[in-house]
Amino acid sequence: MADLLEEIEQQEYHINMGPQHPSTHGVLRLVLSLKGETVKSIEPHCGYIHRGIEKMCEKLTYPQIIHLTDRLDYLSAHINNGAVCLLVEKALDIEVPERVKYIRTIMDELNRIASHQLWWCSFGMDLGGLTCFFYGLRDREPILDIFEETTGGRLLQSYYTPGGLMKDIHPNFQKRVKDFIKYFRKILPEYDQLLTGNVIMQNRTKGIGMLSKEDAISYGVTGPSGRGSGFNCDVRKRHPYHLYDKVNFKEITRTEGDSFARYKVRMDEMWESMSIIEQLIDNIPEGDFSVKMKPIIKLPEGEYYQRVEASRGEFGIYVVSKGDKFPYRVKLRSPNFSNLSAINQIANGQKIADLVAIGGSLDFVIPDIDR
Amino acid sequence: MNNEELKQKTLTILPAAEMVENKQFLSFNIPSDGFYKFAKSLKESDDTSFDFLFCLTGMDYGDSLGVVYHLASTKYGHEIVLKVKAGDRENPAIDTVSDIWRTAEFHEREVFDLFGIKFNHHPDLRRIFLEENWQGHPLRKDYIDEVNIVER
Repeated sequence: MADLLEEIEQQEYHINMGPQHPSTHGVLRLVLSLKGETVKSIEPHCGYIHRGIEKMCEKLTYPQIIHLTDRLDYLSAHINNGAVCLLVEKALDIEVPERVKYIRTIMDELNRIASHQLWWCSFGMDLGGLTCFFYGLRDREPILDIFEETTGGRLLQSYYTPGGLMKDIHPNFQKRVKDFIKYFRKILPEYDQLLTGNVIMQNRTKGIGMLSKEDAISYGVTGPSGRGSGFNCDVRKRHPYHLYDKVNFKEITRTEGDSFARYKVRMDEMWESMSIIEQLIDNIPEGDFSVKMKPIIKLPEGEYYQRVEASRGEFGIYVVSKGDKFPYRVKLRSPNFSNLSAINQIANGQKIADLVAIGGSLDFVIPDIDR
Repeated sequence: MNNEELKQKTLTILPAAEMVENKQFLSFNIPSDGFYKFAKSLKESDDTSFDFLFCLTGMDYGDSLGVVYHLASTKYGHEIVLKVKAGDRENPAIDTVSDIWRTAEFHEREVFDLFGIKFNHHPDLRRIFLEENWQGHPLRKDYIDEVNIVER
């Protein structure tokens, strides 16, 4: 019997994690090679919800593409739509009114907070803390209500259009955003009390899931995951868009490169997002919420690339136009796909139980991987 | 390095590189045979140091297929776009850069899946999104799917 056990421990074996696994937060299958409890290699299998969005974009006009980009990373819907709008505006040399820039920046940051809240609550749940899940969803609700009141949509808004916004903000918007910030500034320290200082949580994340800065760059890991490894990759600082060159905020980076560093970056980013919103919310200038666009938008022949900082990293859209009303080729550089490419590097040699915490700290959204 | 210096530097390393008009990025057409060596020197040479491949795009130009590489240097902040043609439509192939920029391993699998471009010396070239027995490569312009693609 002892011989048999020893023999089993020496063997490598494979198990499937997913496609239906609660901690992958979507349909992602990871084939794990294990030796005992140690992960030897991970092979991700993607494509369970591949919808061919890049191909669909080739048959759609630019205003129609917006309705597909918010279905990529559905937790940064506003931010992804912003990329398409900025690209069209750049190609046609359109300057949008100041009011639009203010509203877009505020919406983007609200979206980032909502996304990080959902990440935090599901990360806590992955580690076994169910209370986090209820806290996070409770505090995300006011943001979704703000979105719903102005845009009509809670999760997918399609609120930005090339040249401006679908419609003006609701008269209650400023008051509700200010109320929310006041409320959330009080609540966010509770998150730290509940989870950040927790010994179990710290033991499961500190020093686990290491990613060095060189690897983060080589694997193209951007967003909070890259910044947790000390890679200064914040698009809002490197290539400012909207109003990010006018507001004061810090680019949060940490040098540890473990799961806890990625966790802390996201927690600190929520404070920065609130500070950005506070700087803008009282100063939204009067004016139009959109410039008049031609009914059919045709981009001049050429190539365009626009990137924005989505809540999980650098989202880029690369469009090749032949001067038609349809794009010739659309490439969506989704942050999660590049981040996923590093999972084998990160989780190699870790225990299988820690893989859940590592996956949670990388914060995958599967439709963004599959596109 | 500014774009003018970068252009001179590129042309010294690879005289066959051909400049392309682009408002946003400095971009070049690169012949596919010298491409791997050129890419490696861009990454490793101290004054270019292109260590961040932020976008890898498969392209169908109609008569040929190709790949577009968007590169940036995290040290200097300069950026460059490389366009490589992959030969004829039946047997398109380019050398892999997955050992230079590790993220390319996934992105090249995606391009292989959706365009059918082969990457020589790639460690694990399989389809990534579609099933192994899928017929054709959907992002090619001549791909026909009578059920799901509606012509208007």
